[in-house]
Amino acid sequence: MKFETVIGLEVHVELSTQTKLFCSCKNSFGANPNTLVCPVCLGMPGVLPVVNKEAIEKHIMAALAVGCRIPEHSKFDRKNYFYPDMPKNFQTSQYDLPLALGGSLEINLPDGEKKVIGITRIHLEEDTGKSKHAGETGSIVESDYTLLDYNRAGVPLLEIVSEPDMRTPEEAYQYLNELKKILVWLGVSDCKMEQGSLRCDANISIRPEGQEEFGVKAEIKNMNSFRSVRSALLYEEKRQREVIESGGRIIQETRGWEEDRGITVSMRSKEEAHDYRYFPEPDLPPMVVDKEWIERAKQKLPELPGERKLRFAAEYGLPEYDSGILNLSRSISDFFEEAAKLSGDPKQTSNWLMGDILKYLNQNELEIHETRLKPEALAEMINLIKKDVISGKIGKDLIEELLKNGGNPEEIVEKRGWKQISSGDDLLPVIKQVVDDNPKVLTQYLEGKESVKGFFVGQVMKKTAGKANPALVGKMMDEELERRKNNR
Amino acid sequence: MLKESTPDITPEEVEHIAHLSRIEISEEDKIQFAGELGRIIHYINKLSEVDTTGVDPTFRTAPIFNVFREDTPRESFPAEEILANAPEKEEGCFRMPRIIGG
Repeated sequence: MKFETVIGLEVHVELSTQTKLFCSCKNSFGANPNTLVCPVCLGMPGVLPVVNKEAIEKHIMAALAVGCRIPEHSKFDRKNYFYPDMPKNFQTSQYDLPLALGGSLEINLPDGEKKVIGITRIHLEEDTGKSKHAGETGSIVESDYTLLDYNRAGVPLLEIVSEPDMRTPEEAYQYLNELKKILVWLGVSDCKMEQGSLRCDANISIRPEGQEEFGVKAEIKNMNSFRSVRSALLYEEKRQREVIESGGRIIQETRGWEEDRGITVSMRSKEEAHDYRYFPEPDLPPMVVDKEWIERAKQKLPELPGERKLRFAAEYGLPEYDSGILNLSRSISDFFEEAAKLSGDPKQTSNWLMGDILKYLNQNELEIHETRLKPEALAEMINLIKKDVISGKIGKDLIEELLKNGGNPEEIVEKRGWKQISSGDDLLPVIKQVVDDNPKVLTQYLEGKESVKGFFVGQVMKKTAGKANPALVGKMMDEELERRKNNR
Repeated sequence: MLKESTPDITPEEVEHIAHLSRIEISEEDKIQFAGELGRIIHYINKLSEVDTTGVDPTFRTAPIFNVFREDTPRESFPAEEILANAPEKEEGCFRMPRIIGG
């Protein structure tokens, strides 16, 4: 029997606000345990939470960017449960009136096709504390006791729930990448999965091809990278198929991904929704987002990657490929635009960014603003090459120097003696020398093997440490060889 | 008048609710609470007899909304004070009995 896989994702992202959602403790990763905690986020009796306005602004911004509707009325609710990651025994979340409903995200598939994935809702809640399970193995089941750090408790957290629109693990992987790209672009979250500022749970089921009704789903947790989401889903669709094909049936449950073993294992049967006994949070007045607020938020929304990709192609005459690569990240895109305006040569700017610069960033796992390179320097370097002050080959050394140590390109060229040799008087002795030093190659040339000219040019470039103007060397080498031929 | 006879809550449901709230109750309590909770539900259900067609839902009785604060950090409490009430602590953390996995 042929099966179809159905996947929906629940993605949690921490908003990059200065403070927590309901109190003024810092929202910051990596501080000593329990140093960013106050009576409000510890849930002491009698405290009063107050909503961080910036969290609502960032939420609305993310929601608008993925085409969500912002209902006029929304509110917070208490989700009650006993688990020590929330010191209050409830988590303030949003149940039936979330801040955002019904958006979508377009993803690119490996075959070049595009697909639209629906977004059911985006709601705001507080993050939980971090638990560390102590014991010999560190495993939750075998631990002797648990240590709790509440620095993270109360950090604003968006939950983005997709429709069950994905049909392959690869689509889920692409959806995550696209979602992260847009959230980082907006500056609402840094989406660092390794620091836990982006987390993902997946619902997956299979059904016989052609069947309308969904199969019984499993919820997969504990995936700590986009790649492991894809691996876990690949494993899980195979597992479910094997269960059904061997006559068994799938039970609704939560399963944990075990990265080392490459399998999912059953964790606990899923609690029914009403077990959380949601009720409206009595300490927080409801929210009203009126048309004027939404209009203001729309004005503040930056140009999105899709729009900018089209604009770059039109405005700077870039190939679609270039425009796509440059708009994978906001920092590269902004950098390009500034440097292109300063250099007056968008295509060269794009070439340097997509080539040497991206390669350097990838190798060193850096963002462009984490290097010393400035748009002004890139523009100046491009013009030094165009004005024949330096060769393109030297440009490669210069760009690395600028990325590593920054500085003024012209001064660096001067100090390092990287200026291109563009004077015939300086080049002629080198050219004669190279030809004289290689009599055998010269003989080959004189016997009609003209392709050896490339060897001579290469030798000149080597002797001048890449500083010779290649076009000039080519021209002068032709003249020199012509002379040798005539003087035979 | 309130119906006394048929409680809407069974002793099993009382047990479930007690478990969710981590409360231990005796068998006699379960029967007693089932009756009491049932009567409360009957009482509350009287509200649904009111015709509310055309009335907007009310989530709050006070006419206030959009109470926000600026995103400006303030000093948190010292970790020693935060941990002062912890029955057990270790490495600056609250220490508690292990969380059951399965």
